[in-house]
Amino acid sequence: MLRRLVGAFLTLLIISFVVFLSLNVLPGDPARLVVGLEASPDLYQKVRVELGLDRPWILRYLLWIGNIFRGDLGRSLHYRRPVGELVGNALAVSFPLAGLALSFTLAFAFLLGAIAVRRAGSPLDALVMGLSQVGLAVPEFWLGFLLILLFSLKLSALPAGGFPGWEKGLSALTHLLLPAFSLAIPRGAYLARMVRSSLLSTLKEGYIAAARSKGVPERWVLFRHALRPGLIPVVTSAGMVFGRLLAGAIVVENLFYVPGLGRLALTAVLARDIPLVQGLALVAAGAILLVNLFADLSYGLLDPRIRYT
Amino acid sequence: MAMAATAVVGALWTPYDPLHPETEAAYAPPSASHPFGTDWFGRDVLSRVLAASPVGMRIAAAGVFMGSTAGALLGILSALSGGLLGEVLGGVLNGVLSFPPLLLALLLATVFGPGEISVVLAVGLFNVPYFGRIIRGEFLKLKDREFVEAARACGAGTLRIILVHLLPNALGPFLVQLTSSFGFALLSEAALSYLGLGTQPPFPSWGRMLKEAQTYIALAPWTAIFPGLALVLTVLGFNLLGDGLQYRLDPRFRYRGS
Repeated sequence: MLRRLVGAFLTLLIISFVVFLSLNVLPGDPARLVVGLEASPDLYQKVRVELGLDRPWILRYLLWIGNIFRGDLGRSLHYRRPVGELVGNALAVSFPLAGLALSFTLAFAFLLGAIAVRRAGSPLDALVMGLSQVGLAVPEFWLGFLLILLFSLKLSALPAGGFPGWEKGLSALTHLLLPAFSLAIPRGAYLARMVRSSLLSTLKEGYIAAARSKGVPERWVLFRHALRPGLIPVVTSAGMVFGRLLAGAIVVENLFYVPGLGRLALTAVLARDIPLVQGLALVAAGAILLVNLFADLSYGLLDPRIRYT
Repeated sequence: MAMAATAVVGALWTPYDPLHPETEAAYAPPSASHPFGTDWFGRDVLSRVLAASPVGMRIAAAGVFMGSTAGALLGILSALSGGLLGEVLGGVLNGVLSFPPLLLALLLATVFGPGEISVVLAVGLFNVPYFGRIIRGEFLKLKDREFVEAARACGAGTLRIILVHLLPNALGPFLVQLTSSFGFALLSEAALSYLGLGTQPPFPSWGRMLKEAQTYIALAPWTAIFPGLALVLTVLGFNLLGDGLQYRLDPRFRYRGS
């Protein structure tokens, strides 16, 4: 357990180093990027000092990391506000969106996966798996577009985009429904295939045959005996799915004009706001490592044969 | 296959000039003369969909080629060098795998600026660990087998053993990964172009066509429906090709009944 925590921490440190290196040492002069080519030498010099570029890069890296430990992610050049505050505000939208999308994803995956397993080999199974193939190939920005066409323009049932802020309560939630659906369908399709193949291979285990021979009803076998151990590969890929969810959020938040991490990231990249890009990359990598860590820890809960000492 | 043919057709011939606007024909819904309708400048959507096909395919192919070559080299190196170097390379391959591809692309776009180069690099880098792991796994499995030893006893050099004896045996999983990587690369290119970080105007790209169409969603929905459909069918085609190859090449999949 402790080893895993230390390992995750070291990985994060390495990622931070690579991110910093690629943004600060590889081609391009950050100060030049900020002020543009026609700025006066005075302004250029001022920005260089503001960015700390007059110091060697290894010192800048250590300063950056040191400040992060004190909770200071630096200052955005574009917004002229602390990176931590910007990321916090964006997280207040992106985190609920990711949660909503993840629950839809799991609901799709288990519903479709379970149907396919109960009727394995039947035309229904083939249909569900065929649909999931299509789901895998659909980009979320096109899916979101179709959802807007259907639910916002034809049915006028859900808002087409924007986000009014959490103080609006339920209305804020309805603004997140279509984005969450667009994120969930491709990932649900992927996980449904995972659920199906994992359950099918678990059902071949000896103890399943034992349960069946005792006369346990088939539905009970599936939910009581096969589901929990069968979840392990699914949970493993759920960690990866979360990473893709974060990445997909960049696209979907820009499609629906939701002011989350994804929109912030795109603005930061287009404005070449290096402190903000750095901070966002680190937060994203940290979140993914955390989810993978939880996934690892849940193995023991799912299958008592695996326990961490 | 049909979609690959589309790309070839798109490269050679389009019914109308995809870059030429005909303002009087703007916002025309699908009809006999313009099967997919026209866009806000009066450009023929079918022509643009066709013309965008080779652009996306070229970027995806360049990225996947880069990733698969670098991945294969790293995989071979890490499998055959053994010891610490092998372990470290294996670890690096796994590390890159945990970083989401689109974030990688954003980082690259910050460094190199938006454009095809960033997309190709992002697709390439993202693919390195997949191919690296496959080749590493296959080589580790094969390198101590009798036929390799026999070849060595006959005086074959390391390079000859890699090229003639090991590589052909690892080709199956490699090909399968190649097709599914290609589908995913097309999706990535579209996503990046959608965000304005990929193919730049005026050249058509399915992703950017969708981005631009978003403004006209109520007026001309067909300008978004058809490029998206083309993308989905292409990616679906490559994914199915990958599944089919896996089924043919991997005996483990043949008797599972799935």
